[in-house]
Amino acid sequence: MQTGLLYNAVQTSGHLGWGTVAMSSPCNAACFPRVRRVAIFGGTHGNEMSGITLVNMWMKNGAEVQRNGVLTKPFITNPGAVEKCTRYIDTDLNRAFTPENLSTPSGDGLPYEVQRAKEINQLFGPKGSPDAYDVIFDLHNTTSNMGSTLILESSTDHFNLQMVHYIKKAAAPESCAVLLNEHPQLRYATTRSVSTHPVGLEVGPQPQGVLRSNIFESMRMIVKHALDFIELFNSGVEFPTCTVEAFRVHESVDYPRDTNGNITAMVHPRLQDCDWEPLNPGDPMFQTFDGWSIPYAGDGPVYPAFINEAAYYEKQQAFVATRRETLAAAAIRKASE
Amino acid sequence: RLSALCCQAVTLPALSCVALCGGTHGNELSGIYLVQETLKNKRKGEAMEAVTVVTVISNPRAVQQRVRYTETDLNRCFTYAMLSAPVSERTPYEIIRSQELNSLLGPKGSGQAVDLICDLHNTTANMGLCLITYADSDWICLHICKHLQARTNDPYTSVGKHGFAMEIGPQPHGVIRSNIFTAMQEAVHLMLDWVRLFNSGTQFDEGSVDVYTMVKNIDYPRDPYTHNITAAVHPELQDRDFCLLYPGDPIFLSFSGEILRYKGKEPLYPFFINECAYYEKGVALLLARKSKVKIPAIQCSRA
Repeated sequence: MQTGLLYNAVQTSGHLGWGTVAMSSPCNAACFPRVRRVAIFGGTHGNEMSGITLVNMWMKNGAEVQRNGVLTKPFITNPGAVEKCTRYIDTDLNRAFTPENLSTPSGDGLPYEVQRAKEINQLFGPKGSPDAYDVIFDLHNTTSNMGSTLILESSTDHFNLQMVHYIKKAAAPESCAVLLNEHPQLRYATTRSVSTHPVGLEVGPQPQGVLRSNIFESMRMIVKHALDFIELFNSGVEFPTCTVEAFRVHESVDYPRDTNGNITAMVHPRLQDCDWEPLNPGDPMFQTFDGWSIPYAGDGPVYPAFINEAAYYEKQQAFVATRRETLAAAAIRKASE
Repeated sequence: RLSALCCQAVTLPALSCVALCGGTHGNELSGIYLVQETLKNKRKGEAMEAVTVVTVISNPRAVQQRVRYTETDLNRCFTYAMLSAPVSERTPYEIIRSQELNSLLGPKGSGQAVDLICDLHNTTANMGLCLITYADSDWICLHICKHLQARTNDPYTSVGKHGFAMEIGPQPHGVIRSNIFTAMQEAVHLMLDWVRLFNSGTQFDEGSVDVYTMVKNIDYPRDPYTHNITAAVHPELQDRDFCLLYPGDPIFLSFSGEILRYKGKEPLYPFFINECAYYEKGVALLLARKSKVKIPAIQCSRA
């Protein structure tokens, strides 16, 4: 891997989104600054119970998430929604971190989550600045059968690529998928995006408002592996170049609907629960209420995720179609201080 | 209303009008879509049947918002006190609605009266298809249950409160799963088939039905200050609705790794294990005793 091809961010006097990265010779590893501050977010959606429970537990006793030389801050991002055990109060917090929202003046009329986004941006950002938290893990659940999934927003953040590679290896034989959303229209302004290295942790299937022991323990284990990686990285370990299999968001597929916007079919029983399995043109995709099958009519195989996620009915999405891709991760190590 | 013409079958009046209720909880989607689809199909001009089926969306406001309820749980609003409470501006929506439903679907004896109410529900618990009846001497409901048991895969009954509910899980709230919808659709068709047969004079033989009767409930262990739960249903109990729970079996796994075990003296059958809506009611699971209830032969009385 030619180090010259690596970066979008370069060391300049104005700091760009992905933080300061320095070239280092004689080795070819990309150097990143020591990770100083990590946040673990729960309750971005107030009815996704694993993250809420873990963060509350760690706020009470944070020993499990402490690592030498790193500040780890567990934090409930949407306490209003958590209190009501609902996804959001006024608007989806995990879509609220747009430049417009973050720069809008504070006032009484602001939606609850927009006000919250501004506060979170002050505490853990500002987004895009060198003062932002280095890493934020945002803990989510899904009603979809996605197992443990790590969600990335950039295919060129080599720190994150190395971290997810480490987590996948550590979690094995438990599987851990990597979902990459770099899609120009479908990407969105997440809570975690205020940090330099945002990572989404999504574990399912779990109904909203329910805490399942196995799902809780899976998420707990993933956070542990992630923090172990950070500790190793900070201790000076070099992570050699590697590849990461990822599923790249390609398109969003909605339910068939009538002219009033009501759904006229359900996810087909042969697609239900088949997240990450190939969906080929002609395969059954939806089933109408009177039993007719509607096939997938794309031009090639896709790998569906978020199949039948409860929260996405209102976002007009039955599932997201992804394409499999192998991402290359450069060797990385901590920059000398 | 019970009249025996001979010592054999119990005779009961025909069930001329059956109400199918969906959306008593606005986020339990199978019943909502089933009622809406039934309504659509009726508009297409179905032939008159031996039974009139009335479809109702019980809590339209909750359905519209896709929430269980807007102010208070509608399914707890059918007590005598709430049904006769005077209505003011501050009366919760669901109490106004329960009074409306009571007028709509009753009173018995009037020309508009409904003979059988089937209330459609989903649960996040792994209960399969479950019929919940309100008295163990409700021969109609128990015969319907026997009819379904013979034709589907082991549904169960338990005794609850007022009415006849069809509960199917597991399904997350706010989600419609095609297999669960199809199972509910088939069960409703079987139930209506039974009603048609009954109304046309078929005698249904005596027999017995396994009935699960609730004995007690168990709450999650909670933090004494925050009231937050401190353990999850143990992985060995999760999804094991209607599998016998013995004294000493694990029930909860605390977040600190401790196993909490069932301390009762009597083996009982757990159900509604980890139902989302019951966290706020302080219930992690219910426990039931199983018994065989003898049901007499029944036949419709020709009035």
